[in-house]
Amino acid sequence: MATLETKGMFDVFTRSGSENRITHYCAGCGHGIIHKLLSEAYVDLGLQDRTVIVNPIGCAVFGYYYWDVGGVSAGHGQAPSMATAISRLKDKAVVISYQGDGDLAAIGLGHTLQAAARGEHMAVFFVNNSIYGMTGGQMAPTTLIGQKTTTSPFGRNPATDGMPLHMAELINQLDLPVYIERVSVADTKRIMKARQAIRKALEIQRDRKGYTFVEILSPCPTSMRGTPLDAANFVIEKLEKEYPLGCLRDRTAEAEVRPEPATWVNLAKFFGDDGSEDPKCEAAEDKERRFKFTGFGGQGILSLGLVVADAARAMGLETTWLPSYGPEQRGGDAACTVVTSTRTIGAPAVENPEMLVVMNQAACAKHLKTVKPGGLALVDSTVVLPAELPKDVRIVQIPAIEIAMANGVPKAANVAILGGLIALDALSIPAHLLIEALERSFAKKPALIETNRKVLQAAMDYCRHHGLTGELP
Amino acid sequence: MEKQFDLPYPRIEADSCKSCERCVAACPKGCLEISETYNRFGVKAVAYKGSGCIGCGICFYNCPEPYAIHVEKPDVAPKGGAQ
Amino acid sequence: MTKFVKGNEAVVIGALYAGAEGYFGYPITPASEVAHKAAEYFPATGRIFVQGESEDAVAYMLYGAAAAGCKALTATSGPGFSLMQEAISYMAATDIPTVIVDVMRAGPGLGNVYPEQADYNQVVKGGGHGSYRCIVLAPGNVQEMCDLTMLAFEKAFEYRTPAIVLSDGQLGQMMEPLRLPKAEMGPIDTTAWATQGTAETRRNLLTSIYLDAPAQERMNVKLQRKYAKMDKAFQMAECYLCDDADVVLMAYGSSSRNARTVVDTLRAEGVKVGLFRPITLSPFPIDALRPLAKKRLFTVEMSAGQFRDDVVLHLAREGLLPAEGVGLINRMGGMLIPVQDIIRAVKGAL
Repeated sequence: MATLETKGMFDVFTRSGSENRITHYCAGCGHGIIHKLLSEAYVDLGLQDRTVIVNPIGCAVFGYYYWDVGGVSAGHGQAPSMATAISRLKDKAVVISYQGDGDLAAIGLGHTLQAAARGEHMAVFFVNNSIYGMTGGQMAPTTLIGQKTTTSPFGRNPATDGMPLHMAELINQLDLPVYIERVSVADTKRIMKARQAIRKALEIQRDRKGYTFVEILSPCPTSMRGTPLDAANFVIEKLEKEYPLGCLRDRTAEAEVRPEPATWVNLAKFFGDDGSEDPKCEAAEDKERRFKFTGFGGQGILSLGLVVADAARAMGLETTWLPSYGPEQRGGDAACTVVTSTRTIGAPAVENPEMLVVMNQAACAKHLKTVKPGGLALVDSTVVLPAELPKDVRIVQIPAIEIAMANGVPKAANVAILGGLIALDALSIPAHLLIEALERSFAKKPALIETNRKVLQAAMDYCRHHGLTGELP
Repeated sequence: MEKQFDLPYPRIEADSCKSCERCVAACPKGCLEISETYNRFGVKAVAYKGSGCIGCGICFYNCPEPYAIHVEKPDVAPKGGAQ
Repeated sequence: MTKFVKGNEAVVIGALYAGAEGYFGYPITPASEVAHKAAEYFPATGRIFVQGESEDAVAYMLYGAAAAGCKALTATSGPGFSLMQEAISYMAATDIPTVIVDVMRAGPGLGNVYPEQADYNQVVKGGGHGSYRCIVLAPGNVQEMCDLTMLAFEKAFEYRTPAIVLSDGQLGQMMEPLRLPKAEMGPIDTTAWATQGTAETRRNLLTSIYLDAPAQERMNVKLQRKYAKMDKAFQMAECYLCDDADVVLMAYGSSSRNARTVVDTLRAEGVKVGLFRPITLSPFPIDALRPLAKKRLFTVEMSAGQFRDDVVLHLAREGLLPAEGVGLINRMGGMLIPVQDIIRAVKGAL
């Protein structure tokens, strides 16, 4: 004798906290039929060990009582997100998202569509019974027009409740799903079609072909308010009219097989870590310098600060660089601060810089007054200085923008400023370290090194010509 | 040689039946019925009438419960029929 | 070797060296560079990068990754963290590990993208539904953005609970030299509890539903025992010149940098002030704070006093709350705390 019996489920449902062999579902509920078809399929296809089912919020929340496969409970509507991660990280797993209509089509609609749009390797089984079952028969996105539920007691009204969502058709708008079919478990003929569809979806997972979506119309005798047979009839006579059965898409033949995952790359090699240590600046006494660079987005303010910070680092100093950021970095004021120190640096933000670079008028108005007494401000010549100047601050203007233009590299005004800073010995960093840092900053565009070197030299020449040095005039 | 042919029949686990009657309605031979006795959950479980089963498995696939109804089917006869 | 990087990039480097297998991201300023760098480095080193459709989806992707026993992370800022709370509660309840980096910005509401520290309550105190809390680590510099991300993975997997790296916009955006970690970690064996689509993990189940109230209470008690164990074994803090200090500033993250400048400045003037910097915010480093309870205490923070209130709570629990309370030096709305303001407050207290 051969026995036609349930496969792939636990013999006794001890996870429910009892010794029962009955489900928690109401009599005549379609979930049980679908559960059996699914477990039969993963056993017959030899996939039981590889299967992970993401259990939804909804009546099937306790699917793991029954299915003898890997199980995890999702948050409401989030089964596709969880299945995405499991499938991406464990590519040999057969990942199943089993969801009802409140979970998949209401709270989880966005996640459902996004996972389908990404073509995640997962089998989605969508149990459409036109109702929220577990929470007590409320209206779902799939509830039919005129259908009475606990939250549409007079029947779903399109004027206030909208129209039913057709999930299989929605998914069919997307490019990557491989297989989309709507089936039903209302009678024998339909159950056998559903059985085929469920097996096909798992075969596609087994063959690493991609996303599958099987919508299953299912009776909910409790909420459809009749006998189990009435509910099955309701599915055939009413639900099917709104949600016609059939295969919407099958591109199994042409779908590409998922590639094998990449192998890990050694990180030391990836980052070019040669095991070297940065030099450490040996100083007799603690010395901290605080700089600020200001101007307009696009003038290279942030990269100028980075070159200075990089040079300080090469000198063995502790260094921080802090940019202005957020919306303002896209076309408004630009500023960054650099702090160099022989000891651990506290605040990276600089309220009162001892050296300030100003490259446009707005920055002048905002920052010139903040310079620390005894400090230096290097200002582009296009900036008109205010009538009232800060006390005890050396203000030097050089035509940085003009020098850059004259050398045919208008974008290199920041480099001309660097030339000025070197000439003025404003940073307490040796010139050769600053020049090397500048050249390092063009490592990815070596063609630009020569022209920038020219601009730098022109600015330094300008300063020498005008007697601008570190010595106070 | 052992006996090759048995008659098929539905093996029913009465305590797992919720009496939804899906199998009764689906059985093409009408050989299932709701019994008059109660199972331990107080449900009148389905029962086999005792004859008529052709082993088609329709009751099994219509049944929403994993363990309420199974179908025992005779082995397929070897080619050439029974010896 | 050192690399001069933003705090946000240091997070990604730390995650890679910690053996993170996946990054699940969603853009938000000022945390976006974490996703940018992850999108570059994760696939290039053979790992997974996925841009999710929302922060809640991303948090559930982390839950999925953790359920599969994999090391994965994301980074976000306040509004995104609020959206992740549901999934974090699920993960805490399911006893599974993950790492989330919160690069705090100013709130409430849409707020702005400048640094604030007002996610303290929602990060340190649990924040989602139910009696849970996460491990919370507070880096104070770019090196720690990397190192504490690595430590977050280690502790998250040790205690099987979510670990949060609580940073802020300034730490995320600023650049400092980062010493690359010496050793590279790999994935770890989680087959005892994870569900990976294999024969040996087939019977593993990850859920947090206990319909039976006594069972749900037992689960809660178990969680609280875990936290108590964590509290005892895992506290980290830095005490900078606290021993002889009359005034101790208490600050974490970016605020601790300003407080440190104040300590250096005032010490040069002969003022005895120190800095207490918690590195673990949860567990709270009460052991290191206990000896300082008799000193004049101020928190320096970019929030309305969420950290101060927590300090008060922890001191009060120990019966150590000073009569004059704990002072608050703060700014909000994305304003950094001017060093001079802190100096004035300290001098006023002497």
